[in-house]
Amino acid sequence: MTGLLLDVENLKASYGRAQVLFGLSFRLQAGEITALIGRNGAGKTTTLKAVLGLVPATADRLLFKDRSILGVPTYKIARLGLGYVPEDRRIFTDLTVEENLEAGRRSGGSERAPWTPERLFRLFPNLAAMKGRRGNQMSGGEQQMLSIARTLMGNPDAILLDEPSEGIAPVLVQAMAEAVLAMKAEGVAILLSEQNWAFAAAVADKACVIERGEMRFEGAMTDFLGNEALRLQTLGV
Amino acid sequence: MTLLKVERLTKSFGGVVAASDVSLTVRRGEMVALIGPNGAGKSTVFNMIGGQLQPDSGHVLLDDAPITQATASERFRKGIGRTFQVAQAFLSMTVLENVQMALLSRYGETRGLWSPVRPCHREEALGLLTQVGMEGVADRPSAELAYGDVKRMELAIALAGDPKLILMDEPTAGMAPAERSALMELTDSLARSRHMGVLFTEHDMDVVFGHADRVLVLLRGQIIATGTPDEIRRDPRVREAYLGDTHGLAPLTARPA
Amino acid sequence: MDPSFLVIQALNGLASASSLFITACGLTLVFGVTRIVNFAHGSLYMVGAYTAATLVPKLLDLSYGPVAFWAGLLIAAIAVGLIGILLEVLLLRRIYRAPELLQLLATFGVVLVFQDLVVQIFGPQDILGPRAPGLRQPIEILGRRFPSYELVLIAAGPVVLGSMWLLLRKTRFGILIRAATQDRDMVAALGVNQALLFTATLFLGAFLAGLGGALQIPRVAANTGMDLSIIAECFVVTVVGGMGSIPGAFLAALIIGELQAFGILIFPKSTLVIVFLLMAFVLAVKPNGLFGRPEAVGASHAVGIASRAPSRWSAVIAIVVFALFAALPLIADPYLLKVATEILILGLFAFSLQLLIGVGGLVSFGHAAFFGLGAYGAALAVKWFGASMEAAIPLGVLLAAAGGALIGAFVVRLSGIYLAMMTLAAAQILYAVAFQWVDVTGGDNGIVGVWPPAWAGAREVYYLVTLTITAGVLVLLARAVHAPFGYSLRAARDSESRAEAIGLRIRYHRWTAFIVAGASAGLAGGLYAFSRGSVDPSLLGIPTSVDALTMLLLGGIQTLAGPLLGAAVLHALRDWIMPLTHFWRLLLGLSIITMVLVFPRGLVGTLARRREERA
Repeated sequence: MTGLLLDVENLKASYGRAQVLFGLSFRLQAGEITALIGRNGAGKTTTLKAVLGLVPATADRLLFKDRSILGVPTYKIARLGLGYVPEDRRIFTDLTVEENLEAGRRSGGSERAPWTPERLFRLFPNLAAMKGRRGNQMSGGEQQMLSIARTLMGNPDAILLDEPSEGIAPVLVQAMAEAVLAMKAEGVAILLSEQNWAFAAAVADKACVIERGEMRFEGAMTDFLGNEALRLQTLGV
Repeated sequence: MTLLKVERLTKSFGGVVAASDVSLTVRRGEMVALIGPNGAGKSTVFNMIGGQLQPDSGHVLLDDAPITQATASERFRKGIGRTFQVAQAFLSMTVLENVQMALLSRYGETRGLWSPVRPCHREEALGLLTQVGMEGVADRPSAELAYGDVKRMELAIALAGDPKLILMDEPTAGMAPAERSALMELTDSLARSRHMGVLFTEHDMDVVFGHADRVLVLLRGQIIATGTPDEIRRDPRVREAYLGDTHGLAPLTARPA
Repeated sequence: MDPSFLVIQALNGLASASSLFITACGLTLVFGVTRIVNFAHGSLYMVGAYTAATLVPKLLDLSYGPVAFWAGLLIAAIAVGLIGILLEVLLLRRIYRAPELLQLLATFGVVLVFQDLVVQIFGPQDILGPRAPGLRQPIEILGRRFPSYELVLIAAGPVVLGSMWLLLRKTRFGILIRAATQDRDMVAALGVNQALLFTATLFLGAFLAGLGGALQIPRVAANTGMDLSIIAECFVVTVVGGMGSIPGAFLAALIIGELQAFGILIFPKSTLVIVFLLMAFVLAVKPNGLFGRPEAVGASHAVGIASRAPSRWSAVIAIVVFALFAALPLIADPYLLKVATEILILGLFAFSLQLLIGVGGLVSFGHAAFFGLGAYGAALAVKWFGASMEAAIPLGVLLAAAGGALIGAFVVRLSGIYLAMMTLAAAQILYAVAFQWVDVTGGDNGIVGVWPPAWAGAREVYYLVTLTITAGVLVLLARAVHAPFGYSLRAARDSESRAEAIGLRIRYHRWTAFIVAGASAGLAGGLYAFSRGSVDPSLLGIPTSVDALTMLLLGGIQTLAGPLLGAAVLHALRDWIMPLTHFWRLLLGLSIITMVLVFPRGLVGTLARRREERA
């Protein structure tokens, strides 16, 4: 798959009466990793949820594979090939690793080889050793990998990946970054939300910097890294 | 003088330690910010001070009197007011009635069955609304207010208890950027004029560095740094906490194109 | 005590536990996935029993043998499962996001519809099913005879538990159900069509209800009262076991079955009292039931009365209405006066419920308890002490207030759906006491001879007495709503955390609200008893509670005057339409469902909204 996968123009969202997004525009190209960078509370998570219809949102344009997904039920968006790995992972803690994967299974329309538990266990060797373990007996990092694997079972063309490096052991951060790059190598595009910008810098092709619900920068990751003034202004580093 | 003294608060949820040996103090007239990445334990610490959570161990003292076991309602009477991350108000009431309710509670008059609420403590409530600049909308239904105004109203409700200490959980979350500094400047001036202590959590670093007298940094349930905004800005441990563990990513610098 | 007797009692307990579990399992499964407490679950159980009791004899005529018998039960259960699908598609999927009060009311509308349909389709008589071929002979256990069919029932519970386990563990459908029970939104984000999953869940839940009913036919004749009696027991099982937990339901059914079997030795008149004590105990120790999880407390019920700018007109209108009512005896015939008296009483009854729901956000589903306590209190005072009306009604009010204090003390710890189910269960237990404790309450016949003294005996006088008392109490209650008490209740309804943060003692205020509302409903009950000259258990029944809720729904829970108008409309309609049709309950049920779907804010609420939108 090539070309523009996700095309967002002037996205706004609120939680009840609290407005969180004030008109964001950004794009995700097939096979690329775009990182939404910003501090805690900047609106990154809300952006991902708004795209999926999990929070009420408005937009001038919200296209996935050239189809408008504004107001479309979440499950239909998922079936179009847009996967979601939430920040709090939300694996089914009463279900075993294998059952979690089964819950995510969905044959995709793409020409790529479908993901199977066996392939995923190769990608995440930690999970292979705990197939029968329940979600509530797994560490944060293991839960994170399971959450990603579960989403891959739906054979998505793109994944919204929320804070994959948060709250996991440092030794797993490395493995996580490698897994993200491996997914990209398999042709899965990723919209990544990260406040750990070192992680984002290590994996992403493009950067979108969000501050207080507004877009401050959209461009190549290298441009963002090279722009010290912008980095200082938006991240304070 | 020390107003709030928190000693070695510890709390774990099902084996996960959310707060570990957290100690801090707030003085009268002082604005103290509690910051840290998501999941660092800010809300846990905050709710143990506000009375929404009981700690596993440790103490909370207000003016040297222990309040560790007190419920949230009892803490209100002892002089702790609070605002919430998602503003909490009585949306079926007018702005003025919201403040009147807090005053009725403070004076222990919530059980009355006969006299209407409408005239109760009206002048005092209007006075409090004037302090937050909302006397003009006193009789509007609070459900019609803009979100930023609900936050200001929350402040007036908190002031109605004549608090010594105000706890503000992410006071500027959900507000338009322009409203944020206005709210914090208002809080700042109220804290100084009424000689109150203010403890707040916040994500917006402009707010933190612009308005806090002292900053506490929480990471994985522990306070890793305390100091003035300038000291915190320069502290390498804080930078690391916010930037994540870069060591783990070292080999990736030569990443595939 | 004879050990063989104890063994037989224990086996009896296991048999009832088994059938209770099969039915309750369906309820808890549906709740776990859809978050709707399906009041009509008991109706599905009833339909299962009727269908099986009608179908199985026909099959046995064709070919007598165990195969025909068991196939008949299975077909009945599947038929009920299909009804469950209809229920989901036509109604439930439209109300998944509605406040729980409306969900309960809408599914109760379905209960009413089924009550009339069942009589139409299966006839008014009770139908006892045939005994199972091959299981007609009792077997001997420790020298006592024990029906062999009961042994099959005892086995059926664990078999269903085991099948559910296999289904939920070993099939994709089961895995998705368990996943959806935990996190519906995440399941959708994985591309699962919830609508399909929910429809299938409803089929399964209804199938289990139908199976539970069908299994009863050799033991209990299918009858029109079984829907409400089983649903109250199912509520107890699901609440005690923990909402949504199937093993919890099994354990709870086991405990309750045995408690009832042995409780009969302690409280022969009402074993339900023991069940209530158990429930109170479990919820006091574990507010979410044995295996329940804390429910996310939704703000969905936080709609109700809001502050309005004071208007001189409301006082004027109140005075005019009062004057019109006072002038009624000048023109009305005795029949109209009787209707008007009842409207006033029901208006007071509905208004007292408004205090809990509209003001306090406390969705009480057992308000008949207080109405009935007031009525029975007054009637018993007459029967035992020969009290006059002037003394009997206050005694009834006192009893109702005490009931409010007791029930309130238990339920103020709970929220949302738990509170609704517990208040309903409490009322249902009082109903059972009134029904079963014949020596005191007169059982089904109730207590007669509850007449007002000579001075108030005339219709006009009793009407005016009722008008004066109701109007007076309404003014008192309205003042309380506008006083700090009412505002504190509203504060706790609007935002519990804000109310606590300003130092309000939420539980105290809610408890007081139950006492005040209980006393007012009790007053209405007392007035009602003396207007009819008698009391009977129906005053305490679920339909009475639902009448009050319907009046609220008709009038709207956002206004003070709403319930009064709702009472007038409902009672007038009932009086006018009931004599014309056999389908009053069907019509009422459909109207309730329509109201929930079309006018969720009630008549007055909708009008007020229109006016505000125009303004």
